[in-house]
This record gives sequence, structure tokens and C-alpha cells, in this order.
Amino acid sequence: MSKQENPRTVEDVISSLPDQFNKWFGQKGWSPRAHQLELLMEAEAGNSMLLIAPTGAGKTLAGFLPSLVSISSNSLRTTRKPGSAKYGIHTLYISPLKALAVDIERNLSVPVREMKLGVNIETRTGDTPQHKRQRQKLNPPDILLTTPEQLALLIAAKDAKRFFEDLEYVIFDELHSLVTSKRGQMLCLALARLRSFCPKLKTIGLSATVAEPDELRQWLVGQGPYGEIHMCGLIKVEGGARPQINILKSNKHVPWSGHSARYAIGDVYQAIRQHQTTLLFVNTRSQAELLFKELWKVNDMALPIALHHGSLDVSQRRKVEEAMADNALAAIVATSTLDLGIDWGDVDLVIHIGAPKGASRLAQRIGRSNHRMDEPSKAILVPANRFEILECQAALDANYLGHQDTPPIGEGSLDVLAQHVLGSACGAPFFEGVLYGEIISAAPYANLSRKQFQRVVEFVATGGYALKTYEQYAKIRQTEDGSWRVSNGKIAQQYRLNAGTIIEAPMLQVRLTRHRGKGANVRGGPILGKIEEGFLESLTPGDTFLFSGKTLRFEGIRENICYVTNATNTNAKIPSYVGGRFPLSTFLAEQVRAMLADPSTWQRLPEQVSEWLEMQKISSLLPERNQLLVETFPRDGNFYMIIYPFEGRLAHQTLGMLLTRRLERARARPLGFVATDYALAIWGLRDLAQMMKQGELSLGRLFDEDMLGDDLEEWLAESFLLKRTFRQCATIAGLIEKRHPGKEKSGRQMTVSSDLIYDVLRSHEPDHLLLQATRDDAAKGLLDIRRLGDMLRRIKTGIVHQDLERISPLAIPIMLEIGKEPIAGEAQELLLAEAAEELMNEAEEYGDRLGSG
Amino acid sequence: MEAVKFEELPVYGKINFQGEQFFCDHDGAMFWPDENCLIVSDLHLEKGAAMASRGYLVPPYDTGETLQKLAGCIDRWRPGSVICLGDSFHRDDSAIGLPDQYRSQLLEMIQTRKWIWITGNHDPAAPQGLGGDCHDELTVGSVQFRHEQKYSQIKADLFTSMYGEVSGHLHPCAIIHRRGKKLRRRCFAGDPQRLIMPAFGAFTGGLDVHDPAFSGLLDKDNMRVWMLGKNRVYEISGNQLSGPDSRKSQMHKC
Repeated sequence: MSKQENPRTVEDVISSLPDQFNKWFGQKGWSPRAHQLELLMEAEAGNSMLLIAPTGAGKTLAGFLPSLVSISSNSLRTTRKPGSAKYGIHTLYISPLKALAVDIERNLSVPVREMKLGVNIETRTGDTPQHKRQRQKLNPPDILLTTPEQLALLIAAKDAKRFFEDLEYVIFDELHSLVTSKRGQMLCLALARLRSFCPKLKTIGLSATVAEPDELRQWLVGQGPYGEIHMCGLIKVEGGARPQINILKSNKHVPWSGHSARYAIGDVYQAIRQHQTTLLFVNTRSQAELLFKELWKVNDMALPIALHHGSLDVSQRRKVEEAMADNALAAIVATSTLDLGIDWGDVDLVIHIGAPKGASRLAQRIGRSNHRMDEPSKAILVPANRFEILECQAALDANYLGHQDTPPIGEGSLDVLAQHVLGSACGAPFFEGVLYGEIISAAPYANLSRKQFQRVVEFVATGGYALKTYEQYAKIRQTEDGSWRVSNGKIAQQYRLNAGTIIEAPMLQVRLTRHRGKGANVRGGPILGKIEEGFLESLTPGDTFLFSGKTLRFEGIRENICYVTNATNTNAKIPSYVGGRFPLSTFLAEQVRAMLADPSTWQRLPEQVSEWLEMQKISSLLPERNQLLVETFPRDGNFYMIIYPFEGRLAHQTLGMLLTRRLERARARPLGFVATDYALAIWGLRDLAQMMKQGELSLGRLFDEDMLGDDLEEWLAESFLLKRTFRQCATIAGLIEKRHPGKEKSGRQMTVSSDLIYDVLRSHEPDHLLLQATRDDAAKGLLDIRRLGDMLRRIKTGIVHQDLERISPLAIPIMLEIGKEPIAGEAQELLLAEAAEELMNEAEEYGDRLGSG
Repeated sequence: MEAVKFEELPVYGKINFQGEQFFCDHDGAMFWPDENCLIVSDLHLEKGAAMASRGYLVPPYDTGETLQKLAGCIDRWRPGSVICLGDSFHRDDSAIGLPDQYRSQLLEMIQTRKWIWITGNHDPAAPQGLGGDCHDELTVGSVQFRHEQKYSQIKADLFTSMYGEVSGHLHPCAIIHRRGKKLRRRCFAGDPQRLIMPAFGAFTGGLDVHDPAFSGLLDKDNMRVWMLGKNRVYEISGNQLSGPDSRKSQMHKC
């Protein structure tokens, strides 16, 4: 497309490269790669571009080349005399991770120094000291490397327009991982703002392969005011050698359920021994802890094996990273903290424990090994249970790495927009119509109606309530000329404290002490890392759990510190804590269903698995691709219904909640349910098969799509999930204060719990903007309602019921999960009553002490 | 687990305190039949407006909600007198700015019975323009009412050979763990000498009874809480609660 507009050839571009560049490439014995030159050519022609390339393709240099050439060619910029006018920022680089920005600074400064380009590169992150920030404002670097949060703060500053007036390029690194979150929405709005400061601004997006590159291409440029879709140019670099991926072949019995893959530890250890450096990826932190412990149990050769996950203390993580860069480690057990494109050491094998759950994630992780495009990456998948074998095999069969299943970008959220509107007002007064035009130029908000936007502005100003009592407290006010201004300096200050979209679950610091049995009345001890408050609060002194590669004994909590000691018994009593579970992707689910339906594919499976499926075929049924299998059978006095939708745990959990409500109404007396990635089990006191025969219950009606209407609404209203989502939305929208570590306890009486606000708002204004934002969020992410809806539509005419006398082979894995999970449902009052009754019994025994006292 | 026989359990918590009988209800109010008196604490009226004035525009419905709940309690118990145990207003000037509809709603309740404001740290003086009596503390028979606890537990032992104390201020709530679920509810917390009322206001949070702020106030061995459920109150002994000092709580974990 742009080739016709731009008649230059690659040779023209090379010859027009400033001397230093050609000399430098020559000295290194390199020549610039085709995509690097193409990107330079397009950028110099004024085009914004998306570069999609695999790891190791020189993406970073490609992204910065246009900036480096432009800055070094502008002699006024590089040889400015003292006293002459200062230039603003030339290039802004945005990375999702602080660490990545620091990494890029290091990597980029080498060629800049070697070519003597005289280009100034600096980072600005949450860690940048105040004096440096101020200096950057007065004397900006040529290239500023920063994060989305810092950019949001920069554009909300009074001098934003001046600060960015010389801006020519914005580079977005790891764009694919940024765009799908609220951070991405906030960033896109900030980009729209930057475009209004400098209309000629060019953007460069760097991304791994994604399912829908066009979405990113829209994201990177302004959308038309009449709904026209605009897209930037695209350069796609095909992957190098295809990775070699194998599924671990083990002679051991593969377990029915569970996620530890303990059976394969011996085989995994052998693989580590046979390679230089092995990266072991797991899906959750607790799996990482467990695997690390199991590996050290069999580590007879004392190979240096390390642990790395996001909860560990920074200093511990840095140590591991350094050792890794020095190639001093034989293996690293890691979670997603190592997912993004940070380069460390020579990894020659990636082992993935558990099923990959999503294609893009797997591709990214496998990309870690052999960081050179021309050599194939090597990876081993280790399924932890039988269903995961199916999942892994399906992944390989479908030439999975070529397929991408990144989630769609979706519509922008209203809470993020509210934050942006207040930020805009903090920067400069705005006219509603002008700001609206700017906002709908950002792709995620292209469909926002003016009316909806007005509601957001009203929300920012006075809370947007039907009851108008807050006019006197308005945060922004419309002045006589029609522009909106922030009411006072305090509001702007408050905005700066609360800006950002990353709302972390409250975490407690974990400290190791030597004082056992003294509760939390101890001091000192090294910090091991951070764990979610919710998990720690469920512990009782004396409980043991795995963390930081150790078995720890819980001692107590004081303020925001949790004290632990080393446990004498190394068997942790509390099995796991939450953190980062991914649901099965839609694509993989589809593949697994196809595989079950087609016995000819089973020959590739291990014998024990194909035998299992054969057994299922004989004693029950294997569903066709578009069927939903429902089995019922009695067991131990209860009646079970097992449903196999293969739609991921989140969707199944939602389905379980809704079905139990319906079954309760049908007087089937359900007792509970449990959900896995593959299936859902519900059990109760009445024989469901019998009820169906007698016409009391119809599966068609039970699974009718209308459950996503009133039933969902009703359940959501009481669900703690929605309350948690509401807290995030309310924080992002600036309704409640963001938690600042260490300050939580300061204002107990001054703050209002978001749960209370939620309850009050729901009973008075169920259609309030924030409740709407909350429901949108829940529907999209938390509950996988869209996916559930698709499934219900798909299986409408395909429900097959198997009325069985006993448990089927396919049901074994999920039946084993029952009892591991806490009892589901909303039986809270029952629990209270139970505790109260215990007291009554006790009272009978000892007499009522209180009454007699 | 055996099924709980709800019908045998009382709906309202009965509290024997200082030889007097009190009823506590799930809304957090306490009724004293012998004195025909209803006690509520920590209404924190106009807290939402106070937040809004600081830039956090929380829903402006808390005052209405609290007053409605209070009217409901008055309807339920039909008391001859009401004691508001302090922190009735979130700020000492809140009563002045009270929107008209709330003012008339409140006045109607105040003017039809004896009304006693106890001062609190948030409202150190009587609310203006609403009527009612105002005291820093009030003694009725062997029970003293005040907002903030006056003595630590040891002193209270000596002191309460004469009086028992009913107070508020701390917004007690209790936590129990059952089968992997954590339950946190507002509660009345007491021992034989002292009764601490839950906060009544719609926007008032709770403080775990194991928080250091409670230390030395309640006799751990004889502590008891009355947790507020949806439609009833649940009486639970202190050692059944989850918290750093609950010695017995381990046996309740599953």
C-alpha cells in the first residue's frame, strides 16, 4: 500500500542512513535487516507502523532506528549550545514493565555510545527519584522510556502540552500484552491526548504475533470522527525455525486429576541434566513452589536450580536474574513474571508443566529458548493429568504455535474514561465537545456515544447521582465560557495519588523470624516476599504452607506484616494459595472436543489415556463436537450430574452457580458443585434422572439461554465477585481512595468500605454508571459470560443425557476434585448458625457463664 | 454436620448483662424492655457528604438509609426513649447542613419520644436544632452509657462492682472461618462488665475484635459476641472466632 506512495528502495534507505550507522553495522559485521529498513522507510514517510515479529528478530532496534536516525540527523538537537532554546522529548517509549524499560535503556545505550550519536536516553518510572523527575521536566532527554502509569501522570500535568510539543515518535513495546487490559485503554486515551498536542505524531507498535493484527493497527492511530476505521501500516516478520515441541513420555501412571505433575519429576530432572539451562514454566505460584521443592528432593547432583515468581522479594528475584544472565543456573522454575520479552542467558530448553491453556502464552514462553531466529526452540510439555494430555496433544495437532488466541481488545471501560476525564481537566480546562472528539479517536472508545460521555463527565463532576446534593463538592465545574475546570488544586493532587489502573489485591509482607509460638509479637527477620491478605487471613497459627521454596509455619499477622518460622515438618498442611490461574482458551477447548469425537486421533495418545476413552465409549458416551454430554448417576447416597462443556473453569463456575439456583427452584435440592476447566459436577439429594423421567425436570429448559437474564442478574447481585469488581472500578474511577502500601490502617473512620457503597448504590441507583461498568467487567472477564452464552447457543439442540448406574470413566477426574474445594454456594448464614449452635451445646455443658457472671 | 433447627433458635439475641435483660437485633440496635429504651450507636449521619467534601463522591444515600433503618427499629420495638451512643453525626457541623428531608424525618422520631444524645469524638457537642437531651455519659440503674470505653479491663473489674458499661466507638466486627469460608460481620462484643455496640450507620465499617484497639478492654476468657446476620443475631463465644488469639480456632478449621 504505502510502497506506491513511497518510491524509495531498500538501497536508497541504506545509502541515506547517516554515516555512523553504516559504519557501525560494518564494524559489527552486520547488515540491517529488511524489516528494520522497511520500518525506517515508512516512518520517514510519515507513517505509523505495527511491527509483528518473533523474539530475536531485532524488534527493539527496528523500533528505535527511525528515532535514532532522526535525532542524530538534527544537528540542532545534538549540538545545542547552552542558553539556546531547549528541545522537548523527541521519542517516547512505553513498556508494560519497569524492568523492561530499564533493560532497554541498557541495551540501547550501547549502540548509541558506539556510534557517538549524542542521543540522550532516560527512564522515568515509579522508582525515579523526585529530583530527577523535576530535572527531566526542565531538561527533557531525547528519548524517554516509561510506563503507561507515568504517561498518564505526565499528560495530566499543567505543562504537558509544552513538555510534549516536539514529540515525533511513540514506541509501544509488547503492545499485544498492553492492549487487552484497562491499562491499554488508559494508554490509548493518553495517546489520543498526545495526538492532540502533536497532530503529526507517528506511532510504532512492537508486538508478538496476535490473532487480529488489525485491532492493533487501529489502536495505534486516530479513528475518524464519522466512525471511519483507520489503520496504520503493518510489517510482519515470519517466525524462524519451527520449534520442536514434544509431550513428555512417561512410563509412570498419569494421575486422574491434580496439577502437580509429581509423577514426572524423575523424567523432568533427567531433561534438566541433559541441557545447559532449562526454564520450567508453571501456571500458578503454588505449582512453582511445589515443583521447586520436588526437584530439590531428587537433586542428587546438587544442580543449581532456582525459583522465580512475582510474589518473591525483589532482591531475591534480582539475584536469580543475575545468576541466570551469568549462565550460572541449570534450571529456573518460573511463573508468568518471566513471560515478557526480557532476555536472560542461554536457555536451551523450555519445559512447560501443566497444559498450556492458551496458544499465545505457550508461544511466548517457548520463545524464551534459543533466542536466535535461525535455530529451532526446544520445548517439552508435561501434562499433569489425563485431560491435560488431551489438551497438550490437541495443541500440537493443530499446529498450535501458529495459531493465536489473544483475547479481543473490546470496548473501553467507563471507569477508565472517568479517570482520564479528570486527568484531562487537571492538565488544562476542556470543552466537552472537543474532548469527546479526542476520546472517540481512541479505538477502544470509537463507539462511545456523546450521551454516555456526558454521563461520565457528570460522574466526574458530582458523582452522577439522581439525588443532587453534591453540587457544592463538585470536582470539576463548568465555567462561563463553557469549559470544564478542576475545582481546586487539592483535586489535582488527589488525582495524582490515585491515578493508574492496576488495583492490586492487598498483599502482606512475609517475614521470617526465629521466634516460634509468640504470635506476631516479634521483630525483624528477612523479608521473603508478599502474599495475598485473603490467603494469610485464612490461616491459624501453626499452619504450614509452601512459599519461597521453603515450608513455613504461620505465626501471626501484625499490621501489614505476616510472621513465619521455618517449619520442622516439611509437609505443608495448607496445600496452596491463589494466584494466576488461566482458563482454557476457546480454541483449545474446541480442539479437545474434536479429539474426543474422533477416535482415529487417539492413537497418538499414550495407551493409558486411549484406553480410558475407550472405556468411556463403552460404558457411557463420547459427545460429538457440538453436543453437550450430561451424565447422571447415584453415589454414596447423593445424586450426581456431570456436565462436560470444556469451556474453562470460569465459565463452568458461573454455569454451576446458575444451574444450582435453577435446580433449587425445581426442588431438586442441590448441595453443591465443583468446576474444572473441562467439566462441571453438581450433586444433590434428589435423583435428577428420575425427575426427568417424571417430567419434573427438562434438560432443555435447565440449559436454556434465558438463565443469562434474570437468574444471572439475581446471582450477580449477591456475588462477592461483583463486589470485588466494583471495588476495582470505584478505585479506578476515583470514587474511593487507592490503597497505598503501609497506609491502610491510617484512616479507618475516614474511609468507607466499597462493599457498603456497593450495597447502598445498588438499592438506590441500580443503573448508576459505576454499576454498569462493574457489570460490563464481570461479564467480560470474571465470569466468562460471553463464552457461556456462546456455549448455550451452540448446544441448544445437542444435549445428550446418559442415565448411568455408576460413575463413568470420564467423570473420575472431576469426582476427585469434590471435597478439595471449599463448599460452594451462599450458605453463609448456615455457617453462622452452625457456630452459634456449637456455642449452645457448649453452654449446656458448662452453664451460661456470662449470664451467671 | 447436623441440620440447624432454626425454629428453636431465638431471632433476637438475648443478652443478660448486669442482671438486666437486653435484646439485640440484626440491625445493630439494642432494646432494654425494663426501661422501654432503645440504644443505637455510631450512626455517623452525613458521612457520605463528609467524604464528598474531601473529593470522594460516594453515593449520597447513606443518611437516608441509616434513618430508614432507625425508623424500622423504632417501629419494631416501640421504645419510650432512644439513646444515641455518640458519633451520631460524622462531623460536628453535619447537623447544620442536614438536607431538609432528613431533618424532618429525624425530627419526627425525636419529637414523639424521649431522645438522648450522648456525645462522641465526631460530635463533641449536641447536634444543633434538633432537640433532645445531650450528655457526655448517662447512668441508668447499674448501667452507664458512654461513647468511648472509660477503663481498661482490670480497672473496669473494680469499677463495675458498681456499674456495667455500654459503649460504642470501636465499631466491633467478628470473623469466623468455616470450611474455607471467611465470614465477617458487625457484632455486639461483650464480657460480664462491658458491652460494646456495633456501628449502626450505613457507611460505617467494622474493626475486628482482635484488633489491638480492643486489647485490655474485654476479658478474653469470658468474651462473647453477637454477630449480625441477615435476619437474626448469632451468639458466638470469643474462642470460636478466628483471630490471632483464638486458642481454640484450630479445631474449627476443616
